[in-house]
Amino acid sequence: MIEKIAMYLEYPFVRYALIVGVLIALCSSLLGVSLVLKRFSFIGDGLSHVAFGAMAIAAVVNLTDEMLIVLPITVVSAVLLLRTGQNTKIKGDAAIAMISVGALAFGYLLMNLFSTSSNLSGDVCSTLFGSTSILTLTSYEVKVSVILSIAVVVIFVFFYNKIFAVTFDENFTTATGTPSDRYNLLIAIVTAVVIVLAMNLVGSLLISALVIFPALSAMRIFNSFLKVTVFSAILSVVCALVGILISILAGTPVGSTIVAVDVAAFLICFAAGKLISR
Amino acid sequence: MALLEAKNLSLGYDSNAIVENLNFTVNEGDYLCIVGENGSGKTTLMKTLLGLQEPISGSITTGDGLKRNELGYLPQQTLVQRDFPASVREIVLSGCLSHSGLRPFYNKEEKRMADENMERMGITALKNRCYRELSGGQQQRVLLARALCAARRILLLDEPVSGLDPRATIDMYELIEKLNKDGVSIIMISHDLTAALHYASHILHIGSEVFFGTKAEFLKSRAGRTLLEEGQVGQK
Repeated sequence: MIEKIAMYLEYPFVRYALIVGVLIALCSSLLGVSLVLKRFSFIGDGLSHVAFGAMAIAAVVNLTDEMLIVLPITVVSAVLLLRTGQNTKIKGDAAIAMISVGALAFGYLLMNLFSTSSNLSGDVCSTLFGSTSILTLTSYEVKVSVILSIAVVVIFVFFYNKIFAVTFDENFTTATGTPSDRYNLLIAIVTAVVIVLAMNLVGSLLISALVIFPALSAMRIFNSFLKVTVFSAILSVVCALVGILISILAGTPVGSTIVAVDVAAFLICFAAGKLISR
Repeated sequence: MALLEAKNLSLGYDSNAIVENLNFTVNEGDYLCIVGENGSGKTTLMKTLLGLQEPISGSITTGDGLKRNELGYLPQQTLVQRDFPASVREIVLSGCLSHSGLRPFYNKEEKRMADENMERMGITALKNRCYRELSGGQQQRVLLARALCAARRILLLDEPVSGLDPRATIDMYELIEKLNKDGVSIIMISHDLTAALHYASHILHIGSEVFFGTKAEFLKSRAGRTLLEEGQVGQK
């Protein structure tokens, strides 16, 4: 089996997939802890549907660099969604549901009306579930992913204490003179970037899994924010690596294999958590 | 000069005033209790004092070298916090955030301050414990230590004993009294009139009757007498 893996690693596209997969897993898990605790688990889902809609627009206008459209639209939606979390007439979950279903329908409609491809359902399926796109990354896409991932990690480390404070108690943080709004905005933007990146890996329907499972798993076992964050990052990376390797060896779809590994890891952590607390 | 002064304050949401024409001052070392019926605007007043909400009219000014964002705050517990995976030390340290500006990590001075305030609240032994595993009284002490990291001169407490058992309630009140004796000014929202009359130096009553003055004045006032006659005092 090791020889087989070594053989596959000779191919640049497999190496690209591993590099990008690991980076995306790392980024998504970092924010996951904060999003889960802020009760925004579904934000990933909502945003990824928006990204799907944006992707459809990009396909219709025949853009070669989809990122140029997908990234700004997703960032704007994230800002709007996380803003509505606090003081608007339409509450957070309803706003997410509205935007996400709307974007999904709109995206599919556009793809149907203006499609130039002969295999429409195949296209839709691979955007939704990721299928093999991680294995077909160009070196340009790899570069973009690497740069964005590094930016996400740097921002997270730099603002770690602020993100903790805003997540634990927004009112207190504002009252004592730290502009929570600004950090909420930052979290929203970084989340959007992560979602757009992760679409390559697992497709838009499965992104939430990448965001929430490592965080939830780590929260079963560990008792401090730092430990939870570090463990969820490690777990997420390991799961992504194992998932990608299994999918290459067994020929299964990459995205759903990674998510399956994440689910398995969660179950193990859940059991371990029960044992520890006894 | 007063640490905090409210002039002709009107509060509420979307220009519907709940409370109108509020005037009061808090001086160094005061212990002010804000009492009033449910829905009379106590929490709205607290939010406005903290700058989380704009007053409809009137002004809140700080003096004596106190900056607007130097108010320590003990909020009511939120749902999010109940199962939050964070150690006691992490939470107390987060109170120092307002001093650290854009600097990404806490420095020695801030860490020392956090340790000192944990000692003061008697929770040093719990330092590495997880917040969600603590009892209600212990959690309140953690949040109080955090508030002390943010501000040393004035604390705003929003129903600090709600949900605590009788023993923990008394401990909490004694802790607050000790802080007050150390020179920290206290503004406390309370349902518990007996305790308010026992510990406070000044009373602000809002609702149908608006009153501000010392405890002795309150007992002689109409608002105070009405409450005493209704037998609200002494029963709890």
